[in-house]
This record gives sequence, structure tokens and C-alpha cells, in this order.
Amino acid sequence: MPRTIVIDPVTRLEGHGKITLQLDEAGIVQDATFHVTQLRGFEKFCEGRPFYEMPNITARICGICPVSHLVASSKACDAILAVKIPPVAANLRRIMNLAQLIQSHALSFFYLSSPDLLLGMDAPPEERSILHIAHSHPSIGADGIGLRQFGQRIIEMLAGKRIHPGWSVPGGVNEPLSAEKRDQILGMIPAAKDAIQRTLGWFKSSIEKFSAEIEVFANFPTLFMGLVDERGLAEYYDGALRFIDSEGNIIAGELNPAHYAEFIGEAVEPYTYMKFPYYKPLGYPGGTYRVGPLARLNLADRCDTPLADVEWREFRAMSAKPLLSSFHYHYARLIEMLHATEKIESLLADKAILDKHVRATASVNNLEGVGVAEAPRGTLIHHYKVDENGLITWANLVIATGHNNAAMNRGILQTARHYVQGEHIAEGMLNRVEAVVRTFDPCLSCSTHAMGRMPLAIELRAPDGSLVREIRRG
Amino acid sequence: MSAEPNVRTLTINGEEISARSDQSILEAAREHNVEIPTLCHLEGLSEVGACRLCLVEVKGARRLLPACVTQVAEGMEVTTHSPKIDRYRTMILEMYFAERNHVCSVCVANGNCELQDLSLKLGMTHVEIPYQYPQLPVDASHPRFTVDHNRCVLCTRCVRVCSEIEGANTWGVMGRGAQSLVITDLKQPWGDSETCTSCGKCVQVCPTGALFEKTSVGNKTRKHPEFLPYLRIMREGEQP
Repeated sequence: MPRTIVIDPVTRLEGHGKITLQLDEAGIVQDATFHVTQLRGFEKFCEGRPFYEMPNITARICGICPVSHLVASSKACDAILAVKIPPVAANLRRIMNLAQLIQSHALSFFYLSSPDLLLGMDAPPEERSILHIAHSHPSIGADGIGLRQFGQRIIEMLAGKRIHPGWSVPGGVNEPLSAEKRDQILGMIPAAKDAIQRTLGWFKSSIEKFSAEIEVFANFPTLFMGLVDERGLAEYYDGALRFIDSEGNIIAGELNPAHYAEFIGEAVEPYTYMKFPYYKPLGYPGGTYRVGPLARLNLADRCDTPLADVEWREFRAMSAKPLLSSFHYHYARLIEMLHATEKIESLLADKAILDKHVRATASVNNLEGVGVAEAPRGTLIHHYKVDENGLITWANLVIATGHNNAAMNRGILQTARHYVQGEHIAEGMLNRVEAVVRTFDPCLSCSTHAMGRMPLAIELRAPDGSLVREIRRG
Repeated sequence: MSAEPNVRTLTINGEEISARSDQSILEAAREHNVEIPTLCHLEGLSEVGACRLCLVEVKGARRLLPACVTQVAEGMEVTTHSPKIDRYRTMILEMYFAERNHVCSVCVANGNCELQDLSLKLGMTHVEIPYQYPQLPVDASHPRFTVDHNRCVLCTRCVRVCSEIEGANTWGVMGRGAQSLVITDLKQPWGDSETCTSCGKCVQVCPTGALFEKTSVGNKTRKHPEFLPYLRIMREGEQP
């Protein structure tokens, strides 16, 4: 009998989501859809607010990556002021953004995905949590908690508080860095590097166990998009947007992020509040692309720090072409954490980081501004229009998770086709359907600017639409 | 022949105290280290009794009286804190929060706001009164300052400081009740005001984030209303 499986809610993600699998008479998965079920409407209710409040308001989109919104929003406001902010302010924002990347990647890798990686996809559901890992693998649990703390402490020392700091403002930052705080951050770096390298060690030694998952976890050709600096190296705060195809060819290399609307379109589907950005020249869905750690390491010429470059070479040596399986997002996340830690160290080593002039002031000089930065999950775009007094008349936010939406949907279909068949569906099979979503580390609260922790659900539906089975957790 | 004695004896919370006859209950209480919460009161400005947070019980009075505009009297028996008064004050605070759109988390005054401080101090843990969510404008036409009516508590400190200290009389109040708004000149945009001297005193005395400097964004907004008494003394000293 034809059926539909519903996984609702999907667990260990950030936000609320649901998966529907459509099965035919023979029990073969015909279609899969990933629904993001909540809407918050930030773009609308920001209208009428002064633009200089936008960093603070949009940071509230997310409690996990508020810093990413703060940075992209501050950059959009810089563009409205039409100022070149002091170099030290840009570097301080850069450090905060990298610290955010570390803590968010640690959350994704250790808290959300390490249970699948350490205990296996078929482990009992009640054991698949960071709390269980803390008991079964205490040193790995401690590394995860320690790395998250490392990132959060840097944010706190720079910006005054860990979540929703108000330190990054239009024109720069509110306060310079003190030598004492710089030294404290530098003092934490060796332990963080050790923890990341330990993690890379055990992850690389266990990756062969997941060859089946690697094969079917969103393993298909797409484009990849991300920021690179003027040398073509990985960049998280500034730079130009680069698109590569699945063969590794640069199809667009020097795109000005401020002109994103010329090359990125946003499609909508009736089953989800999350939009589907696509590369305009190839249309929708042909222009599907991926962003985030895997994309960035696929498209950059290298990382730009010694330890991370060694890891990057080993990572890229796994394939002559870009790595296409989204399972490798996990691996890429670890390399990015190492790169971010080294980058923070080198930025802090420059004495100029203590400069006191950290903010440029001006009034409204442009009626429109775009700010783009790399968030942990990928490229984040804030775009505002203001009236002559600086009140927001229009806002558009293109969120990292959104860029990956089409690839996530295809990935769920691919994984479900492989693992979900027939009458008897083991829980571990459905966990793999969730796990493919987790590789992208989607932040659904951000993607719809929606709110909440993210339990997720899977629905199994018959061809007539009737619900056959529903798996709900969280 | 002797002048009428200038001293009044009264009790506050059962303690006998002396005060000058021209003093308010609030002044007398604070002089004797008895704390009464206030929002519209500011040393250096005239009193208007607008916020009602300083309500106290006076024996013999049929209703609660605002301490800031009630003069002391001989034999007066004043109670500044009781369960009834505390309940009234908390309710008044809840009304402030419900009346307009006070979103502390994204407000420029977050952490430096007298309304927020009072809610913490008086233990206002939640708002039982339904929020009104009025659609109120933001006037950002002034080159340096912004007025956000969503955060205004109508304390009229801005109106008084502009009139009494700066002498510009730019600020006024229009409308009635919950529809009241502080306005500049005859409700022209602040940036078009011909009387505003851009001195910024209104911004410094505003207890919330309703009036703020455009550069004071993020988490660094601190206002300095404490300059007022000195300013007043110096200006009065210049009088012939």
C-alpha cells in the first residue's frame, strides 16, 4: 500500500522542521520534502525602524549565530553611512565572526552530530545526545564543550556578552580591545588548537566507517558559493563571491556581493516558509548551489594558515574534483575551526589590533546598503533601503541555510531512496534521513527568521495524501 | 512679633521628622533617606506629578497622594511603603509597559533605562495588562537626535527642561490620554524645528530610550541628567 512517512519534528537541528516522504505502491520513496514550518517576519516589522538599530534587532533572529547577523547588518549600515571603517574595527569584527564560527561549528559537530558519528546511526535514540557522549566518550565531550566555550568567551571578551552583544555598530565597534583581553584570548589558543587537532585525528580515522553514508548523503553535483579574498583564499568577513561548478571550474569569480540580486534569485515553494535561492544564469532549480564549510573549502584556493592548509590539502586530496557529498560538511567544519583559531591568533599578533580609533561616524549618505559575510552555515546577506532620515523602508535577508535549501531537499530524497523501503522501516534508517539534514547544520530559525529550538518530524504519506505513519520527536 | 515657624513636624513610616514648610513629602523623605520611586521627577526641574509612582498614603486623605507635589504639613502621617502601595506602583509600571512598545532587548537604553531599572527594583516580573501595540512613529529628521514615541512614558522631562533650563520651549504635549504625544514646535518634524537649539538637554534627561543620540547605538548609551542642578545654580547665579 502506498504510504507517506512524516518525521515531525526532526531533532538535533536549530529551529523547527518536518520531513515528508512519499512512498509508492511498492514502498519506494517517490518524493521527499523538507518543510520549515514557522515564520517570524523580521523583514516586515523592521520597516520604520532607524537603520542603526538593525544590527541589534536582526541579531535577535538567532541565539546561536547572532554575531553573524550583527556583522552582516553592521556592514549593510556601513554602506548606508558610506564610510570606510577603521581597519582595526574591521579586524575586531573579523575576530568576533571567527569566534562565532568556532562556537557554532563546535555546537553542530559535537552537540548535534557526534552521537551519530561516535555511536553509529543505529544506536538507540535515547543514547544519541551530547549528554550520553559526555559519559561514553568523556574526553571528546570535554573537547566539544571546551571549544564551544572558547568561541563564546572570545565573543564575550570583545563584545561584553556572549549572546546578542551590541558591540558591533554602524561605522565600526563601540569599544577598542584592551591588551589584557588580547593576552587572555591568546592564552586560550594553544588548548583550542590541540582539541581541534585531536578531533580531526579521531574523525579522520573513523571516516571509512561512513562510506555508505558518504555515498548517499546529498552526494550529487551542484554549484558552490562563498567569499574569497583578492588572492582567492578562504575569507569570512569581506571579499568577493565566487561560484564554482561540480567539476571545480570557476563559473563566476569576482562577483561584488553588493550586487547579489543580479546573480541570485529566490524561488518559493508552497510546502515551506524557507525560500530557495538559486544562481540566476542557470535558473531554478538548475542553479542550485551549496554554501557553508564544504562549499568554502571546495571553492577557495586554500585556507591561508599553516595547520589548516595542511588539513585542507589532505581534505581536497580525497577527490580531484570538489567533494560533492554533504557528509563532508562535518570534516570541513573541523578544518574551518582550526583555520579560524589560527586566523584569530594572527590577527591578535598585530599590535595595531589595540588601536583606539574603532568607529567612523556619519549620517545617511546612501539610501541603500548591502552587507555580506560568511556565517558558520554559509554566506549571509543583509540588504536595507532607508529614507533620507535613515528609517528602514525595505529589508531583505538572504540567510545561509536558505542557500542550501534546494540541496537539502534533494539530499533527503537521495538518502531516503537508499534507506527507506518497504513495510518495515527501522528507526536508524529514519535517523539517517535526519542526519543528512544535520550535515548542513541548518539554522531554521534563521532561514525563516523563525523562532525556537528545533525538533523535526517525518511524515509517511499515501498517494492519496493520507497519513500512514508519523515519527515525532523533541 | 515673630514670623510663622518655617518648620513642620510629621511622621514618615512612623518615624518623626522635621521638614521646611515649602518642601514636598518626596523631598523630606529623601532628605531622611526614605526611598520613594519616581520617574517624572528630576532634580533641577519643576514637579508635575505625571508618573504617579511616588504615590503615598497620608492619614486622613481618602486617596493616595503623589509625594512629589504634596507639601508637608504639621502632624502629617505618611506611609511610603505598604502592600497596597507596592501593588499600585507595580500596576502603574505594568501600564507603562503595556501602553506602548517597550522592547528592552533592542532598545538603545537597554541597561541604562530608568523604566527598566524601576521594573527590576519594584519586582515587576510580568505584565498582566494586555499590550496595546499602538502604531507610533519614529522621527529621525533631526541630524543628531531621534525621538521614538514607542518608548515615551510622557514624563514631560523633555518639555520642562526645554522650557525651564534652555528656554527654547521647543517641546510640548499634544492630544489626550493614551493618545498624547510629545511634539516639537507645532508638530513639525524635529529636524525642521525653528526653535530647537540642538542643545541635547532633552535627550540627557529622557529616562528611557525615547530620545537618543543617533551615534549612541549598541550597548553604550548612558545619559547624564545629573548635570541639571549645577546648570540651574550657575544660571541663577548670573541673574542680576
